[in-house]
Amino acid sequence: MRSYPPEIVAEAVLNGLLTGAVYGLVALGLTLVYGVLHIINFAHGALLTLAMYGAFVAWSVFGLDPYVAILPLVPIFFALGYGVQRFVIGPASRGDDSNILLVTLGLSIVLENGLLAIFRSDTLSVQVPYAMEVVELGPMLLGFPRVVGFGVAFLVALVLFVVLGMTDTGRAIRAVAKERTGAALVGIDVRHVYAVTFGIGTACLAVAACLLLPFFYVNPRVGNAFVLVAFTIVVLGGMGSVPGALLGGLFIGVVESLSGLYFGESLGQIGIFLIFILVLLFRPTGLFGAKA
Amino acid sequence: MTPRDLLPIAGFAAAAALLPLFVTAGTWLNFMIFTLIICLAAQGWNILGGFGGQYSFGHAAFFGTAAYGTAILQLRYGVNPYPAFAAGIAAAAAVGWIIGVLAFRSGLRGSYFALVTLAFAEVFRVLANSAEVTGGAAGLLIKLDVRPENFQFESRANFYWIALALVTGALVLTRWLERSRLGAQLVAVRENESAARALGVDALSVKLSAITLSGAVTGAAGGLYAQYFLYLDANIAYGTWISVEALLAPIIGGAGTVFGPVLGGIILHSLAEFTKTLVGRIPGVDLVIFGALLILVVRFPPRDIPGLLKRWRR
Amino acid sequence: MSRVSFLSVQGVSKRFGGLLAVSDASFEVAEGSITGLIGPNGAGKTTLFAIASGFEQPTTGRVIWRGEDITGRPPHRLAQDGLARTFQIVQPFAGLSVRENIAVGAFLRHRRRADAIAVAERVAERVGLSAELDKPAAALTVAGRKRVELAKALATEPKLLLLDEVLAGLNPSEVRDIVPVVRAIRDGGVTVLMIEHVMQAVMNLCETVHVLAQGRIIASGTPHSVVADPAVIEAYLGHGAAKRLSGAAHA
Repeated sequence: MRSYPPEIVAEAVLNGLLTGAVYGLVALGLTLVYGVLHIINFAHGALLTLAMYGAFVAWSVFGLDPYVAILPLVPIFFALGYGVQRFVIGPASRGDDSNILLVTLGLSIVLENGLLAIFRSDTLSVQVPYAMEVVELGPMLLGFPRVVGFGVAFLVALVLFVVLGMTDTGRAIRAVAKERTGAALVGIDVRHVYAVTFGIGTACLAVAACLLLPFFYVNPRVGNAFVLVAFTIVVLGGMGSVPGALLGGLFIGVVESLSGLYFGESLGQIGIFLIFILVLLFRPTGLFGAKA
Repeated sequence: MTPRDLLPIAGFAAAAALLPLFVTAGTWLNFMIFTLIICLAAQGWNILGGFGGQYSFGHAAFFGTAAYGTAILQLRYGVNPYPAFAAGIAAAAAVGWIIGVLAFRSGLRGSYFALVTLAFAEVFRVLANSAEVTGGAAGLLIKLDVRPENFQFESRANFYWIALALVTGALVLTRWLERSRLGAQLVAVRENESAARALGVDALSVKLSAITLSGAVTGAAGGLYAQYFLYLDANIAYGTWISVEALLAPIIGGAGTVFGPVLGGIILHSLAEFTKTLVGRIPGVDLVIFGALLILVVRFPPRDIPGLLKRWRR
Repeated sequence: MSRVSFLSVQGVSKRFGGLLAVSDASFEVAEGSITGLIGPNGAGKTTLFAIASGFEQPTTGRVIWRGEDITGRPPHRLAQDGLARTFQIVQPFAGLSVRENIAVGAFLRHRRRADAIAVAERVAERVGLSAELDKPAAALTVAGRKRVELAKALATEPKLLLLDEVLAGLNPSEVRDIVPVVRAIRDGGVTVLMIEHVMQAVMNLCETVHVLAQGRIIASGTPHSVVADPAVIEAYLGHGAAKRLSGAAHA
């Protein structure tokens, strides 16, 4: 292992925190869907890829800055997520875990390869004027798009927190998450709430995609890189926990950044996978035995 | 297992063995061999996923381990390809056992088991992509040396028959499993683990046997792949494509049945060929159809093509 | 003395978080008997069963089976040792036929498929399932599924059978049908310990009854002595009920 001066390490940590917040946002959607619907959405990564292509098309065809593209993409992806849950995943699941596993896998295969057929496997990126701008923090230089990503990710989490805590929709979602049968008995339309929750989770992805695009690339497989990261965060932060997703995101961002620094880009990924495997294997059974 | 149990398998093997006498075009034989390799990988998945109900999303771990094992033993240690192939299969079985011990001992099941197998396969992929012994990102090229004793053949038909023999062997193995005590216990664990345990089934050891066997069979497909195409890299050997193929074929053709994976593999790849001739070589289109088919069969029970057909006939 | 030490539960307690589900429970099951375990809902009967069959670990206490401490031994090994159980909520293997369901139990002592199937068919006859062997287990009525549950456990050829509310959910005529089946099982040499709510069956079948209330054994004895026990009446009907009942009887 090489050794680095402390300011390089500190910069890596900070950059990790910045990226980690966006990871947290990706994980937020996943954990919300898990917490309410109690399903593992394998298509989450592919939906993120779709959103990134959405943001790319908004920039390349309509000339929209990715940050501006958040405005149209959020409602579009909310509707998409709503429809997918209401008309594809919901009807196919019939209350069976393995059905949901297979349907969301099927969905991710369709999305990923549909994008491959349309855009081919080229790696694309957007050129925005602020891509290379930096924010100075003492001796450290932080990429401007990452700083924006960090801020907006927390803003979205805050908005989500308020929505869940204070609105009628939020109360219905929490009621369904806690006690589905009871919620149905008091007249809550559970299928609608499920679809709304899935829509919110997908909308989170739209935001995350727009935040990522200025400093990341997009290709049909880009979601794969994120999906295991997102699952790791969700498992690490506690399945279904919103603050857990954010904290887990920050942690994983730092781990990735540091292991990339010390082991190189490609081996750096292993750190995350290993954490994921270890957490799955050795986390007290309560977390995983509960739903068995 | 009675002779009657084996009759359909013998019939299939005999009919399939005659095909190269009529089909001689290289591209068609190539397609048939590739389909058989996928069927074999899928038969492996079916043992654990179909009979045992443990859905792995990471069978690439077994496919790739045997593929690399077969190639590396030849290239780096000068081992003859046949024992190298056998050793590759043994290595895949060992990887199956190790993943099984880790995952099943911790009580992982359902989605968590799927996730952890996926993660293992990804770890292997990243490692193989950067390790020296696997040739890193450049991959491995097995030296062309066409001699039967070197597991390389002048005629593709020979390779086809070897692949068919392995698929037939896996069919017999699956039929044996279906009729055996292990198979009954495995299905019992799939249907209801606590009820099975109450009846004296050692669920852990049953699942471990299944994942080891499953790893070996899917490993055989990997070793065959290496020996046929003579080239490997991390994205081929440990890529998600093979995990997905191995899972799709049994689900589509009938998980937990003897012929399901073979039926599914043939349906999927015939469909893929057909689409290619229809719309040309657009990457990804075949998989879009596979994915859509997967959603469709899950949407309408009983969840496989034979079931769908029965439903429509009614 | 060997009669007494067949199954012996000694000072077993089980705590789930803050809840003490079973508290210092001790009782014995004599070899060759049909012994009842009764008590109001939530008394801890099923927890006690889960402990005796290896599905749960007691917080304290021991389970002795034919002179051997089996506390914490996993269920599949207990089944091997001759201790089988049924579940209150029946657990058929839904995708399998009745024959295959029972054969899973029979495979415990018979490696060959033909032998296991033969045993399964014999057991099916004993519990009156011969006509249903080819049906999928999921297609049976509640009463049919209860019989399958019983048959699966019997097919493991146990020495002791733990029956968890095998009569619950059956109508009176179905109960009447299954009572002789349970008795025949015992007459065939299998000791039976049953949790039961259907008192008519308990009075009919059991030689000894243990009463569990709020996690404690509050009475043991013959069915008739136990139902007359004021402590038992109060446990079922509430504080003061015994006095009111005896008052009513005197009036």
